[in-house]
Amino acid sequence: MSDNKGVMVVGECADGALASITCELLGIGRKLADNIGEQLSVALLGEKVSGAAKDAVAFGADKVYVVESPMLKDYVTDAYVNAMENLCKEAKPNILLMGQTPMGRDLAPRLAVRLGTGATLDCLDLKIDPQTKLMVMVKPVYGGNALAEVVCEKTRPQIATVRAKCMEPLPRNDSKQGEIVTFDPKLDAAKIRAKFVERVKEKVEGVKLEDAGIIICGGRGMGGPDNFAPLKELAKMLGGAVGATRPPCDNGWVPATLQIGLTGKIVCPNLYVAVAVSGASQHLSGCSGAKNIVAINKDPEANIFKVARYGIVGDYKKVLPPLANKIKELIAG
Amino acid sequence: MHSIVCVKEIPDPETPASAFAIDPTAKRAIPAKDKPPVTSPFDEQAVEAALRIKDAKGGKVTVISMGAPSAEKILKHALSMGADEAFLLNDPAFDNSDSTSTAYVLAQAIKKIGQFDFVFCGRQAGDFDAGQVGSGIAEFLGIPSVTLAKKIEVQDGKARVERAFPDGFEVVEVSMPVLITVSNELGEPRYAPLKGIMAAAKKKVPVWNTQEIGADASKVGAAGAKTNMLKLYIPVRESKCEVIGGENEEEMAIKLALKLREVKLI
Repeated sequence: MSDNKGVMVVGECADGALASITCELLGIGRKLADNIGEQLSVALLGEKVSGAAKDAVAFGADKVYVVESPMLKDYVTDAYVNAMENLCKEAKPNILLMGQTPMGRDLAPRLAVRLGTGATLDCLDLKIDPQTKLMVMVKPVYGGNALAEVVCEKTRPQIATVRAKCMEPLPRNDSKQGEIVTFDPKLDAAKIRAKFVERVKEKVEGVKLEDAGIIICGGRGMGGPDNFAPLKELAKMLGGAVGATRPPCDNGWVPATLQIGLTGKIVCPNLYVAVAVSGASQHLSGCSGAKNIVAINKDPEANIFKVARYGIVGDYKKVLPPLANKIKELIAG
Repeated sequence: MHSIVCVKEIPDPETPASAFAIDPTAKRAIPAKDKPPVTSPFDEQAVEAALRIKDAKGGKVTVISMGAPSAEKILKHALSMGADEAFLLNDPAFDNSDSTSTAYVLAQAIKKIGQFDFVFCGRQAGDFDAGQVGSGIAEFLGIPSVTLAKKIEVQDGKARVERAFPDGFEVVEVSMPVLITVSNELGEPRYAPLKGIMAAAKKKVPVWNTQEIGADASKVGAAGAKTNMLKLYIPVRESKCEVIGGENEEEMAIKLALKLREVKLI
């Protein structure tokens, strides 16, 4: 393990461009690499990904492995695990970072067992222990009620997946120099046991929750589907999105795709308005990344007030209309 | 069709945050007094996925759990839902397992059980939220894996699986035997009928230890762990909420709008 060196990011591309999670991983990867005095590399896997290589350098990578194959066109577990196994055996990274995305959460644990090492998923923070130089991985456990600090002491690479929007990307630097190499993943079609068939996207009206800067979220206290209308109006006015806790989704008041929480979407907006949301821990683990939480709830003891910056103790049905009117007036003026 | 389902006993995840406590030395949660442990919710959905295969194609469902003797209760729960047999994997040597050593023990037990078409797991346990054991079992068994399933169908000797994605779903076709991890989008698990509960009460749950599953003692529990938890703690959340007061809701609402404007949030 002593000859394992460097921090490697497993990149993701969307429509030929570097995904935002990859820029965030390069940001934290750069910090870790500088701390231990090692190189930062990125592996780009896909059918045609070389176009994103220069971007990866501009966002902090010293070296880019372009790993192209028709078998890597869509994510398939066996193809990606086999390709990364071959690359890790050649490049011998000390640390391997992925996003907590459908790819990362599928690839990381299987690759870890394949390489005889350990992984930690859904990390919120990564740091280097000054004494041991090990990567300390901080992850939420018990539905976000507690945090665990985990290390992988004896085996390499130390593998972590990182939650989206927890890390700051570096500013783009087009004058940064980096090495771009192609790596043949040596894939054998006979060893790929699953076939990608299709991807079905569900239509979302307006702004996507994960991308929204402002989210208006309704909870169990909304009482029914019709009461979400003023939330939608307010969200539209502010250029934001509407979300919900689990009960409105379970009861069919709003589509399940709007669910925010441990079993739904993880969001990190600048402003999060929680309307009639009690603040169950499984919900908070999905919105604890919000920079500013505003709570509107009848119950002054509601848990949501513990994480809110501003709160109103009152009936949301009486709060929302004057709030919307005043906001409308303010943004118009 | 023979499905094997892996389930885990966890502290009730619906325990309110105010009643949640941890033992920082043992590095685990202290179960709340009035909240008995439960089956990890995703694992209950994994049982449901296996029962749906049994409903459609016939066959049997075997349930296994690595855990304390008290985990017999969640195995009986799976039996009462409609599973046919259950085994508990219990050995003091399994203490302080991580995802890797847990996956190894479960894989060894699956090898002992023998022939199967599916292994089902929850997409993650509702306590440590590691999300790794399913993929790890598949790797130890050398079989394909598909994670985050919301729907599973058997067609022409292959499994067609819909994987839940943040913005929709993906369809994958895979050869069998296969390991599948189940996500909450699969839908509600069925209730155990009274007849099932009574039948389950009479069934015996054999207990297997390291030797009985033919496991290598250096690969189980803490000895086989690849990761090590240094610290477990409850993050300090300082309550800094500024409550906007007023005579009535209208006044509060207007003051809130002005405040949000003042701090440039709108």
